[in-house]
Amino acid sequence: MSTMESSDVTPLLSLRGITKRFGPVQALSDVNLDIAAGKVTALIGDNGAGKSSLIKTIAGLWAPDRGDIIWEGVPRHLHGPRDAEGLGIKTIYQDLALCDNLDIVANMFLGHEELSHHLLDEAKMELAARQTLKELSVTTVKSVRQPVASLSGGQRQSVAVAKALLSQAKLVVMDEPTAALGVAQTRMVLDTIKTLAGRGVAVLVISHNLNDVFEVADRIACLYLGNMVIQGPASDFNRQNAVEYMTTGTAGQAVASA
Amino acid sequence: MATEPAPAPSDQSIENTLSDQELLTAAPEVLANSLSEYLRAWGQRIRNGESGAMPVIVGLVLIMVFFEAENSSFLHAGDIVNMLVESTIYVMIGAAEIFILLLSEIDLSLGFGAGVGAMVVAELIAPPVDFPWWLGILSGMVVVGALGALQGSLVSRIGLPSFVVTLGGQLAFQGLLLVVANADSSTVGGTVQIDPSSPVYKLVNSTMSTGLSWGVMIAAVALFAAASLWKTRARRSRGLTTPPLGVTGITIVGAFVGGVALELICDANKPVEGMPWVFPFVLVVLAFYSWLLSRTRIGRYIYAVGASPEAARRAGINVKWVVTFAFIMAGITACLAGVIYESSSGSMSIDINGGQLVLFAVATAVIGGTSLFGGRGKIFNALLGGVVIAVVYNGLSIMGAGAAAEDIAVAVVLILAVTLDALVRRRSTTR
Repeated sequence: MSTMESSDVTPLLSLRGITKRFGPVQALSDVNLDIAAGKVTALIGDNGAGKSSLIKTIAGLWAPDRGDIIWEGVPRHLHGPRDAEGLGIKTIYQDLALCDNLDIVANMFLGHEELSHHLLDEAKMELAARQTLKELSVTTVKSVRQPVASLSGGQRQSVAVAKALLSQAKLVVMDEPTAALGVAQTRMVLDTIKTLAGRGVAVLVISHNLNDVFEVADRIACLYLGNMVIQGPASDFNRQNAVEYMTTGTAGQAVASA
Repeated sequence: MATEPAPAPSDQSIENTLSDQELLTAAPEVLANSLSEYLRAWGQRIRNGESGAMPVIVGLVLIMVFFEAENSSFLHAGDIVNMLVESTIYVMIGAAEIFILLLSEIDLSLGFGAGVGAMVVAELIAPPVDFPWWLGILSGMVVVGALGALQGSLVSRIGLPSFVVTLGGQLAFQGLLLVVANADSSTVGGTVQIDPSSPVYKLVNSTMSTGLSWGVMIAAVALFAAASLWKTRARRSRGLTTPPLGVTGITIVGAFVGGVALELICDANKPVEGMPWVFPFVLVVLAFYSWLLSRTRIGRYIYAVGASPEAARRAGINVKWVVTFAFIMAGITACLAGVIYESSSGSMSIDINGGQLVLFAVATAVIGGTSLFGGRGKIFNALLGGVVIAVVYNGLSIMGAGAAAEDIAVAVVLILAVTLDALVRRRSTTR
């Protein structure tokens, strides 16, 4: 069912035949997915479709039972999140994993602080943090020395993205980045995602919200009960067939033939 | 697809009014551009119930006014000096507890940890061992630090609740104290005398000369002023966030006024005069810890782990080591508190009330604004907490209220401080 349109460039990440079982539950069966640099790929699907299982596989949280993870044309085995991060895959979970009591700079550099003479180089970190936020066009934070607790949901999401960018990520996986946000905040996060892709970073966005998906996605991939039922350019989809793919795994007017 | 990058934000394009959320959580010096803006932000924060050390300072003044009204001998220079000396034990053991509370853990063994450390020091610097004083103190720090490492490992590696581990530690260290005391045959009735010629004895019982006190104070304030001005200037020249110059100035003047007041009180304490050595000792230790927590990686990680162990773990921080390190630091610091304790009593005995001492440690930390929920607190605020406890104890004892009332009063102050902490936390988590 899934379409594999031939592309002249090697995708940044290719999943081939990924299969994962939890006891009697087939979480993922024979999933193929291509993610290209500089593009926003949206992963859609109903609850229990296997979206979380798939991103956890990409993040290296567990190894698939079968299948290949091909990174920049080379098959890789991910033995943990560190391996994935080492390749340049950064996953931003819904909880964002920020420390509320620390300021934006400290959060962005957490675990990778710049040092001079074994001491924290605050000046260097602050300048780099500002630069990164500016590159992401994040202009609403008053000071990079604000604690993260003082930020809005959208700003926190931006900090998490900036942290990923700072770590030289080539692929940023975002789990429901707009789930808990209001209209203006959602706008801001979507803009951030576009900016990120514009910088040549591959973005994989998991979302329920088709409005958001159609706004940012260059490509859309849909999971249904652990199967990748379709993936293709976002222009191949419309609201109606996307919902049908998500809920039934197929669509009345077959898009795949298009 | 990508939108044109927005034009660089000019100061005018950013809204100048601060939101409630920002006022509640961000320090005024971060957001303010001028002294007047700083004061406005600060006033707003107090009205919002998030005022840092302010309630403690106000409370302290009220308590002192109350005691002075009850008994006019309360604010005698001699009593104030004694009170401050007494507070140094609480400050030091409170600082030890802050390392643990920052992680959102608790250490109930620190009181007897201090006891074990003090006993080790007392025996090592006395005959027949006769270590030099510094080697004795160093050995004590190693012993209690090792005990801390053991407890910290149990908490971080096996995942036991720190409450249970250190409650066990409290009893075990009490036993260990007896073992250490019995190991030395010259111990009489569980008591070791401290030789009055030893620096350990002189720490509390001897003062710097008046000239030296003033010299040290002025040098310390000058150093502080030079360091903060230099830092502000260096940061400003690189276009980095700096607190308004007025705020830096007020802080420096405040430090100077406080130093002068302390000197005057110590000088008025006839016939002793001069500052007890223990004051600069405590300040130097706190300054070092403050530096450790704010300028080094491990210090930053203690705050990170306290706020969110999960976020810290995902950032690649070795959470187990951070927890163990904090317990080691707490142990070492408890030993220093033990040294102050034995210095002020002139001897070390197995009768040390370690259970009460650890409650003071928690009270000092929490009254000083350290959160029981982890990640929030400053080591220097232990000064405030320790002074509050000493004031309450001394005031009530001058009034002749009796031991029962003294203990209950400190307990009430502790519970009040914890309540404040819980309320602030609730405000900041409901958004």
